[in-house]
Amino acid sequence: MQKTIITVVGQDTVGIIAKVCTYLANNKVNILDISQTIVQGYFNMMMVADTADSPKEIGELSNELAQIGDEIGVAIRCQHEDIFNKMHRI
Amino acid sequence: MINIFEVNETNKMIEQENLDVRTITLGISLMDCIDSDLETLNKKVYDKITTVAKDLVKTGKDIENKYGIPIVNKRISITPMALIGGAACRTPEDYVTLAKTLDNAAKTVGVNFIGGYSALVSKGMTTSDELLIRSIPQALACTDRVCSSINVGSTKCGINMDAVKLMGEIVHETAEYTKENDSIGCAKLVVFCNAPDDNPFMAGAFHGVTEADAIINVGVSGPGVVKVALEKVRGENFEVLCETIKKTAFKITRVGQLVAQEASKRLGIPFGIIDLSLAPTPAIGDSVAGILEEIGLEYAGAPGTTAALALLNDQVKKGGVMASSYVGGLSGAFIPVSEDQGMIDAVEAGALSLEKLEAMTCVCSVGLDMIAIPGDTKETTISGIIADEMAIGMINQKTTAVRLIPVIGKGVGERVEFGGLLGYAPIMPVNQYSCDAFVNRGGRIPAPIHSFKN
Repeated sequence: MQKTIITVVGQDTVGIIAKVCTYLANNKVNILDISQTIVQGYFNMMMVADTADSPKEIGELSNELAQIGDEIGVAIRCQHEDIFNKMHRI
Repeated sequence: MINIFEVNETNKMIEQENLDVRTITLGISLMDCIDSDLETLNKKVYDKITTVAKDLVKTGKDIENKYGIPIVNKRISITPMALIGGAACRTPEDYVTLAKTLDNAAKTVGVNFIGGYSALVSKGMTTSDELLIRSIPQALACTDRVCSSINVGSTKCGINMDAVKLMGEIVHETAEYTKENDSIGCAKLVVFCNAPDDNPFMAGAFHGVTEADAIINVGVSGPGVVKVALEKVRGENFEVLCETIKKTAFKITRVGQLVAQEASKRLGIPFGIIDLSLAPTPAIGDSVAGILEEIGLEYAGAPGTTAALALLNDQVKKGGVMASSYVGGLSGAFIPVSEDQGMIDAVEAGALSLEKLEAMTCVCSVGLDMIAIPGDTKETTISGIIADEMAIGMINQKTTAVRLIPVIGKGVGERVEFGGLLGYAPIMPVNQYSCDAFVNRGGRIPAPIHSFKN
């Protein structure tokens, strides 16, 4: 298990989740949890995913997701969960 | 499980508040390169650095991608060169060949600075130390990435006033050698008291003789994050203020710890320390002076500045210490003038003088840093400023440093542009009264009474 946090922030539009999920499925990334809110009209989604079986390194996934984000006008980040665990848990 | 608000908080720090890991610095011992033949020594130094550090920059980038946190600089520190070159160098020019080798090695592995063109002379200078010191102006003029530091005093040994006098001359000469570029050589030259062996920050980084063969030291930053956190507690009392700084420093440092451990694992090099510093950059919102203003000062330099900086420095340490298994280096708040927009504004508004900066160095983590002074400042005056700063370090058992830039051809009221992380600075007035007779006495200032603790 290699838990990765994927966040999507931007203007709400049709098909954001579909695009991201299709990409993840094609790259053998398993989605464990999704939470989503709309903050001040902005779409705000967080996914917890397992990238252990993906043939791609997290850096590559991160770059490609960022590109997909650019295409649909949202910011997509893909980060190893440790940065959040370290910062928010003792 | 981590929730969406925590994730958003972290990412907001990175995206909007300039949270970053300021530097991964790889310390490399060059002790095993020592040779009495200059050419062989140069080759050994180049080979060792380019072998040990060959994956440093790539590893830094991989870690950036994995965690989504910028790692701004990848750097190298080496054993003080005066210890390495002693057997081979007979003239200052011999040392300059070593500086060029360091510069080439830095360029080959892709790091932006290499520190350790240094000598430790707090009690006395060996011939080798003096040759290195005399080679500094030329060495810094003919290289781009080499940084030099000289330790001229310590609480245990006192202050080597002969070295202080010499460094006044060397700072001035370095300015002359690089006068075509606004005397930028001086931005790469620091004079220290109580220099730490494991400092990852430039220009003062070197790999101390007490260190292992190679070590990873990481410097964290994030003045912008502290400032934004303090915006939410405006008007609250000092207890709330201090708690907020402490918690924020903890979070920032944890990221540094994560990056340091990951870098150590990937490179197969032991983790040394985290340097818990608030290091500003000229970017808007990345300013230590901005924090002081948020604490309640109209400008950095206003009455209350020293107290505000003292509490900031202390709370950063208290929060950071628990977040990392080893802390070291300089650890605290940096107050460079040219690298901090808020400090530049304070100088231009007339709120901040050299004398107030000196008072601030009693409680900050380092010293008089990146301060541009008139190019016609006397060498003895520079030595006098260095001596004052070294005395503060010696008596208070803390690291102090001086990085002054006498800008040749420019005077008070003019401005100097260094570019990039080094920023720009207004030229500050210096006290015009003479200290010639004091500086010219020669010899050493003895160690203070409280150094005798045995």
